[in-house]
Amino acid sequence: MKKIWAWGALLFGILYFTLPLVGMTNFSLKMRRGEYSFDAYAKVFGDPRFQETFTYSVTQALFTIVFGVLLVVPTAYWIRLKLPGLRPYVEFVTLLPLVIPAIVIVFGYIRLYNTSSWLPLTGSAFGTNILLMFGYATLALPYMYRAVDTGLRTIDVATLTEAAQSLGAGWATILARIILPNVLVAVLSGAFLTFAIVIGEFTMAALLNRPAFGPYMQLLGANRAYEPAALAVIAFGITWGCLGLIQLVSRFQKSAPPKA
Amino acid sequence: MSSAHISARSPARRLPLHWLGILPFAAFVALFLILPTVKIVVGAFQTPDGSFTLDNIRGLFTPSILAAYWISIKISIASALLGCLAGFAISAAVVFGGLPKGIRGPLLTFSGVASNFAGVPLAFAFLATLGPVGIVSVFLRSELGIDLRVLGFNILSFWGLTVTYLFFQIPLMILIITPALDGLKREWREAASILGATGFQYWRMVAFPILLPSILGTLALLFANAFGAVATAIALTGSSLSIVPILLFAQIRGDVLGNPHLGYALAFGMIVVTGVANAIYIWLRARSERWLK
Amino acid sequence: MSFLSLTNIKKSFGPVQVVHDFNMGIEKGEFVSFLGPSGCGKTTILRMIAGFETPSGGSIFIDGKDQGALKPNQRNIGMVFQAYALFPNMNVHDNVAFGLKVAGTSKTDIDIRVKQMLGLIKLEHLADRFPYQLSGGQQQRVALARALAVKPQVLLLDEPLSALDAKIRISLREEIRQIQQQLGITTVFVTHDQEEALSISDRIVVMNAGRADQIGTPFEIYNTPATRFVASFVGTLNIIEAKVADPAAGSITIGNQPVTLREPIAGLNGGDTISLALRPEAGSIAEGAKGDASISGEVVSTSFLGSVIRTRLRVGSDIISFDMFNNPGIIPPASGENVTLRFAAKDLLVIRE
Ligand SMILES: Nc1ncnc2c1ncn2[C@@H]1O[C@H](COP(=O)(O)OP(=O)(O)OP(=O)(O)O)[C@@H](O)[C@H]1O
Ligand SMILES: [Mg+2]
Repeated sequence: MKKIWAWGALLFGILYFTLPLVGMTNFSLKMRRGEYSFDAYAKVFGDPRFQETFTYSVTQALFTIVFGVLLVVPTAYWIRLKLPGLRPYVEFVTLLPLVIPAIVIVFGYIRLYNTSSWLPLTGSAFGTNILLMFGYATLALPYMYRAVDTGLRTIDVATLTEAAQSLGAGWATILARIILPNVLVAVLSGAFLTFAIVIGEFTMAALLNRPAFGPYMQLLGANRAYEPAALAVIAFGITWGCLGLIQLVSRFQKSAPPKA
Repeated sequence: MSSAHISARSPARRLPLHWLGILPFAAFVALFLILPTVKIVVGAFQTPDGSFTLDNIRGLFTPSILAAYWISIKISIASALLGCLAGFAISAAVVFGGLPKGIRGPLLTFSGVASNFAGVPLAFAFLATLGPVGIVSVFLRSELGIDLRVLGFNILSFWGLTVTYLFFQIPLMILIITPALDGLKREWREAASILGATGFQYWRMVAFPILLPSILGTLALLFANAFGAVATAIALTGSSLSIVPILLFAQIRGDVLGNPHLGYALAFGMIVVTGVANAIYIWLRARSERWLK
Repeated sequence: MSFLSLTNIKKSFGPVQVVHDFNMGIEKGEFVSFLGPSGCGKTTILRMIAGFETPSGGSIFIDGKDQGALKPNQRNIGMVFQAYALFPNMNVHDNVAFGLKVAGTSKTDIDIRVKQMLGLIKLEHLADRFPYQLSGGQQQRVALARALAVKPQVLLLDEPLSALDAKIRISLREEIRQIQQQLGITTVFVTHDQEEALSISDRIVVMNAGRADQIGTPFEIYNTPATRFVASFVGTLNIIEAKVADPAAGSITIGNQPVTLREPIAGLNGGDTISLALRPEAGSIAEGAKGDASISGEVVSTSFLGSVIRTRLRVGSDIISFDMFNNPGIIPPASGENVTLRFAAKDLLVIRE
């Protein structure tokens, strides 16, 4: 009786979640009339706009990750070490991007950093790229901060720091050689998640007019029939890959002996 | 304040150095999260030349903008509630339902993926499934003679958007609620049962109140998640469905409302809605967890 | 038939049988402890009585009624868990009221009964506290009140004291016993602490690997252990390996020293090994100590335990402990010294394996 109910719920879930995946895969293979083919994929991969925008987004993602790690790791470390009273407030702030819609934030950017403002970031392509990267870092902040903070919780920050200091290490050395390696798995998890978020992001890139992968997908979707489905399959593959990598590194951590 | 005054107390001299450590973070958050938001809020109450006005807010109260807010709120509430319900059912099925243990890991992994599979590609996936030539629509029409269109279902509608949003809402609920369900101790269920309670009474009087804070938090999160979703909506409906994020998107792109500061008001309205949702959540949570430390 | 009767109870988890043909009758108002090492099946039996586990065989009757078909919530049993298991979302009053509420008792009756129960555990002043605001001992008393509020036919306690610290453990076990006697409720108490079982039970069941090795009063269990397992688990009893010299005369040797038992040894031949038990308090090395038997050995160590001094003696390959009451004039023997321990031959018990 109870089992029937449980299987029912699970079956519903499986149906609901596989049908769209089947649907998009099926559609992506039907470009050629009457038979299944990879034509849509060939079209997509052969499109120079695809290559450009994808490269652009990957580059953005990598820079966002580097910036995010440089920003979050020292901050989370410092707060655990010296300012624990501040933790709840910082945590609250890092959760704000989950509550304030991205479209509102980017709207603020456009009005705050336009050509006539004190920091005219949107005046040049380079400046806009930087601004977009900051925007992505903001979107990824809740995930990155949580991941790193959780990672730091498992190590004894104060003791490690004192030990390193007694050996004459400076702050940069401590962070790069002691703290970072110890929270590497957490940082990698945050990084892959950031990658997944940035690759498909649409709103910020579109409103800042940058040639990113998200707006490209949207444009293609408005004009083509089969290619969008192929793109959806590719995007799903990328998301799956990122999350799979997170699983992989956290499993690696569990099996590897903890570094002291 | 004189420097002699400060150096008289040595802890006060060390304090600023500590605070220096979070300066980069504080600056980043201020510049790219707080200030932009404040700019929107302030702009909503300003005329183009910078003086105070309530006209922008008043401008929101036209039937078409109100309708846009209303349908956005409806979609967000519906997809948050349904997401909670379905996610809870699936999670409970796996945790308590006596299903094979092997299902759990893959379910959580898949939920991680699906909760991040939002935006443009998600819209494509649902168009290929429930759109006019989608796999399910075609199957129902040709094999069972059921025409979704005739039944009033349209992917570019309230229900179409809600069903699509559920694809990331349900997994998010599963990810949050599964650990909470794990936290329900077996002894609580057994203690209730040996005291004469039925399964339903246990759920109503013990398990549900204990889970309520997590459920409320997830609801607030799912609401904000759906309310701010732009990409999925635009890729799915173009601009044929007038919901607030699409309206705001169009306004930012090309001032479709004919008043730049109405855009501020529109965005401010979004902050108010998600803010109210979170205030309700915090209030309910405070009421529901008096028993927590 | 006894008030609570367990007949041929068996339980297997998959291929592993954890309870073997367990038989026991518990009288109304009796306080019975299940004592045994970890994993011997105590909790499993308790959970079968409560209805959380279904026996693989056998039957359970309470007050003449077969419990086999009844769900836990139909059995009218009270249970106290090791980890308190108070409902964290309810205050003390509501926790105690829970069973009455689900039974549909009126609010005035509930309030009266809850007051009465909180009076019983002396926590009236904490009725509004939530579980997290209580100490472990207080939580467990509330759990007891909650279990008793519904006037159960049987009260089950699964190691209710093991999460508490030593002082509270002792005062609370006395409180439990006193409440139990006051209410006259039939009680099964699970523990792996022999002192706890000995001090508060009417009868004790010593369990070993899913079987009852011995069922008896604390006095019987301690003084006449039926098996070697019971002897070693229950007391600090000395287990002595001896050689049979002449079975008919009851004579044996302990480390080459001859000792004669009170009775002939049945079923063994000369040269066989035999296990004997000797309580530490049964012997003495004092001048002029009484006893019709004696052995001598070398003192290995002495330890001061407060009211008694325990001395360990090496006799052949055996170590024998004996206790003497502390008094300021006593001079404990030094290590290495040779002493003679006198005791009554009747105190030397032959035990089965
Ligand atoms: N649900 C179960 N599935 C499989 N084996 C179980 C289950 N419950 C108990 N066992 C096994 O049954 C045996 C008896 O367990 P039980 O919990 O009754 O021991 P116990 O005497 O209460 O021990 P402790 O003093 O540690 O509480 C143990 O070996 C245990 O591993
Ligand atoms: Mg046990």
